[in-house]
Amino acid sequence: MCLRRIALRENFFSHYGRQLGTLSGLLGLVVALWALTPHFLTVSNLLNIAAQATIIAIVAVGMTFVIITAGIDLSVGSVLAFAGVVMASALHQGVPLPVALLVGLGIGLLCGLVNGLLITIGRLPPFIATLGMMSVARGTALMFTEGRPVSGFSEAFRSLATGEVLYIPTPVIIMIAVYAIAHFVLKRTTLGRYAYAIGGNEEAALLSGINVKLYKTMVYGLAGMLAGLAAILLTARLNSAQPIAGMNYELDAIAATVIGGTSLLGGEGTVMGTLIGALIMAVLRNGLNLLGVSSFIQQIVIGSVIIVAVLIDMALKRRGK
Amino acid sequence: MANAPVLEMRHIRKTFPGVVALDNVGFELRRGEVHILLGENGAGKSTLMKILSGAYQKSAGEIILDGAEVEIKNPKHAQTLGISTIYQEFNLIPHLSVGENIFLGREPVHLPGLIDQRAIFQAATRALSGLGLTLNPRKLVKELRVAEQQMVEVAKALSLDARILIMDEPTAALTEHEIKELFATIRTLKDKGVSIVYISHRMEELFEIGDRVTVLRDGRSVGTYDVHAKSRSELIRLMVNRELTDLFPKERAARGPEVVRVEGMSTKGGLKEISFILHQGEVLGIAGLLGAGRTELARAIFGLDKITSGTIYINGDPQRIGSPRAAINSGIGFLTEDRKSQGLVLPLSVKANLCLSSIDKFSRWGIMDTKEERQAAGRYVNELRIRTPSIDQKVVFLSGGNQQKVVLSKWLCSQAEVFIFDEPTRGIDVGAKAEIYQLMNRLTASGVAIIMISSELLEVLGMSDRILVMRGGRITGEFSAEDATQERILQCALGE
Repeated sequence: MCLRRIALRENFFSHYGRQLGTLSGLLGLVVALWALTPHFLTVSNLLNIAAQATIIAIVAVGMTFVIITAGIDLSVGSVLAFAGVVMASALHQGVPLPVALLVGLGIGLLCGLVNGLLITIGRLPPFIATLGMMSVARGTALMFTEGRPVSGFSEAFRSLATGEVLYIPTPVIIMIAVYAIAHFVLKRTTLGRYAYAIGGNEEAALLSGINVKLYKTMVYGLAGMLAGLAAILLTARLNSAQPIAGMNYELDAIAATVIGGTSLLGGEGTVMGTLIGALIMAVLRNGLNLLGVSSFIQQIVIGSVIIVAVLIDMALKRRGK
Repeated sequence: MANAPVLEMRHIRKTFPGVVALDNVGFELRRGEVHILLGENGAGKSTLMKILSGAYQKSAGEIILDGAEVEIKNPKHAQTLGISTIYQEFNLIPHLSVGENIFLGREPVHLPGLIDQRAIFQAATRALSGLGLTLNPRKLVKELRVAEQQMVEVAKALSLDARILIMDEPTAALTEHEIKELFATIRTLKDKGVSIVYISHRMEELFEIGDRVTVLRDGRSVGTYDVHAKSRSELIRLMVNRELTDLFPKERAARGPEVVRVEGMSTKGGLKEISFILHQGEVLGIAGLLGAGRTELARAIFGLDKITSGTIYINGDPQRIGSPRAAINSGIGFLTEDRKSQGLVLPLSVKANLCLSSIDKFSRWGIMDTKEERQAAGRYVNELRIRTPSIDQKVVFLSGGNQQKVVLSKWLCSQAEVFIFDEPTRGIDVGAKAEIYQLMNRLTASGVAIIMISSELLEVLGMSDRILVMRGGRITGEFSAEDATQERILQCALGE
């Protein structure tokens, strides 16, 4: 009986140990900031952090899928900007709100699918294909708007960012829903299983009869569509779609993913880890702001956190073997 | 030519965990001779040469170089002792020139860090012309033919003052003409007093270039002979002379109707006019040497290589098998030669690997029934006695034999009726081997048909009902289990 409980506990730890490690990092950070500043642990500030984390967190879900297949997507920040300005112009043209939202998601999906096809049919390395898309999407967004932001939207649209349900901001609810669905897709659907298999050993996946090209393309499409969703939320929050929005978001998303324990080599990773990773980055930024740390030093701190987090993760993994 | 031995290996023993690879093996190498090592796959030739080149450490025995005992610590040490190896896979850097490759890591310099390019190319030219070669040392290695790359390796070894050269299957990738060139170079080397240990499966080469031959069998030396004192058939007998023991628990199943019929199949992979029939309950062994086209045959049937002509019939119906998915749907399963790089997704669990090719069975609209999946995985783990702490264990932590059983379960789970085993027991210990053979018996008893590709002749003889022999992409012989002998198979495989 007792033995069985121990075995169960070990099993639990081996499954969730890595996330527990990241989670305790997040909690440690929270405790430290609580001790350092009275303004940190207030309901309004925590909600503020969650709202700030949503955009990167949603982009990072797509990134996690891509990285699990042993790929990378550098284009999500630019795709976000492109999807945002097209959707904003559609709204200004008087397109009905639901249609405009679908346009935003659709542009993201389309860019992602193009990435996927370049990688699978064109056999380009993911780094190159998405590096190209990064520039193409950014340039198209700038050309489309002649470099100017598209601003001013209806109350209905803006409520996507400003609304609340039971005191919880709508974007946070959307983020939670995205993570719940993504977790389900990774753990319980064929798409998720195949993503792990392709990243873990593409050759073996192919020889097991998996349509590797189809599923890879779908994963990049998903990453693009989530960038489109992030574009909707960002545009609603700022009441403006900027062609220069989303700069360096791909790097923040990659950072959240690897802090969350997803291996850049592919084959392993979880979205829950990524969520914690995104929260760590948001808490850190918020805390450093509250403490009045200059933005120059903030960059140094965040960079160091990324490196230390992955060093610890790799050390834990080695010990596990 | 002096006949004093340059090198002697005496009573060499090498054990790996659970296996004795070499037991009391020895031979002596004279100055300026080409000494052939002959033996089946697994006889211990490569292990012996890895000990000589410093890649492995011997467990016991002694190596005597120029009359003094030496301990070869590592490949670098072997090089300083004058022992160099020309591997089948070259260790050249394609984007550097011939000369830069020859002097890689010990470039002549003007000042520390500043390379003297002229000195490199002059020295390289000298090294190459010493071998009777007119290769331009400024040419990039990637622009060379395979045979020329091999010459660069030889020149590199000689510039390291190698007195003993180990050549492992040096002609495997060469054309007839290039082989002639290689042999001319080898003769030049002999005249310079370099001794060569030469491993090859090609009997005709042995008589053309060899002086003496040492035969190895099952990790033991059989004897050393003058090449011209023995005939081919005598040498073959010395290589394989063994009795089949109960290592192979073959049980014959009733032969059922035809499942696969291949007619006149040629492929881009190099198969030419392959025809054969496979019946239910039968093990069809495929024998042949490296490069005979055995794996290509498996790849073609599994939809991986494009078929240019001919037809595959499954249960009497002609099928177009253009992808692994199509092959799996036709009831074919492929257990690849290299489990780790092709058969398994190492970071995934036993359960996930086991159900990988049949997820459709456990899912509706893309959503998986994980309960059913777990049950299926548990069932196969029990049935095949896969030793794993749980079905959630990552397969990377399993032993070779248990990994092989996971791959096997994957195809059982996808309800394959034709199993292609490519080297089913490579890298698996003896106990697990017997278990794999018993599983094959159970498969055939349940009506499954098996194509078994193996480089181990004894395995082919011990487990097959019928045997096909391949050479150069063609089938060169077919035997029933009763008629097959190692000599007859080897003769077909060697093209006698």
